[in-house]
Amino acid sequence: MSEPLRGVVVSHAALAEALVSAVRTISGVDGVLEAVSNEGCDPDALAARIDTALGTGPAVLFVDLPGGSCLTSALRLSRGRSAVAIVTGVNLAMLLDFVFHRDLTPAEAARRAAQAGGNAIRTPGAPAAPAAPAA
Amino acid sequence: MSLALIRLDDRLIHGQVVVGWGQPLNVGFIVLVDDEVRNSAWEQDLYRMGVPANIEVVFASIAEAERQLSGWEQDARVGILLAGDIDTMAALAATGQVKRVNIGGVHHRAGRSERLRYVYLTDEEAAKLLSLASNGIEVTAQDVPTARAVPIREFL
Repeated sequence: MSEPLRGVVVSHAALAEALVSAVRTISGVDGVLEAVSNEGCDPDALAARIDTALGTGPAVLFVDLPGGSCLTSALRLSRGRSAVAIVTGVNLAMLLDFVFHRDLTPAEAARRAAQAGGNAIRTPGAPAAPAAPAA
Repeated sequence: MSLALIRLDDRLIHGQVVVGWGQPLNVGFIVLVDDEVRNSAWEQDLYRMGVPANIEVVFASIAEAERQLSGWEQDARVGILLAGDIDTMAALAATGQVKRVNIGGVHHRAGRSERLRYVYLTDEEAAKLLSLASNGIEVTAQDVPTARAVPIREFL
C-alpha cells in the first residue's frame, strides 16, 4: 500500500470519540482515527457522516455492533468500494494494534484488527473451562 | 399476545428496537414494513444481521402489511411492527386496526424542525401525525421503554 490506511470508528452515542481519545492518549498517535457517532442521525445522515470521515483514501471502518444502524450505514457506504473494509465489535486493543500496522490492504488490516481485538477478550482469574470429553 | 409496539422509526431495525424494547418485551417477531426493503434481499440481510436468531424478522410491503395486520395481532408471540416513514404509518392506520403509534425516531433533515430530541418534523409531517391522533389513535413519542411516553399534544 502506498498510502497508509486511515481508520474510522463508528458507534452509538459517544463511544467512538472515547475510543479515539483513549488511543491517542495511550499511543501518542494522532490524526489516524476519526470518530463518527450515530447520535441524531437517520440512515442517510449517518452515511454522509461516515463518507466525510472516510475521505478518498484506503480505510478501515471499525463499527461497534455486528448489526444495527451503524453497521447498516457502513455496509451501504462500503458496497463496491474495495478500498474500504469493515470490522465489527471494535475495542481498544484492536485500535491500538491498527494504528501501528497501517501498511496493509484494508482487507488485511481488517483481519488483523479482528484478531487483535479477539485476543484481548479474556477471563483472567476465572476457573479453567472443563476439558472436552475424549472422542 | 399481539403487536406490543407499532413504531415509527427511520432507522427501522437497530439497537433501541432489538435490545431496548426487544429484551423487556421478550419479542418473538419483528415486522419491518417498507416497500423498498421488501424487494431487496441485500437490504433484508443487512437488517437481519442485527437480530438474534430466536427473533423472526418479517419483511412486508405496505400492501402486505395492510392485509396481515390482524394476523400479527393474533400471533401467540409478542411482536414489534416498524415503519420508517409517516406515510407508511398513515397507510397502516387507515386500515382501522392500529390503536397506538409509538414515535421512536424521526431525525433531522432539511426542512424539519426539532420537536423532541429524537423527533424532527416538517409542518406537513406534524399535521399528518396530528391527524392520526384526531382519528382516535394514541400517538406518543418514546425512544426507549425507560423513558416517559410523551403524548403528541405535548410536542405538537
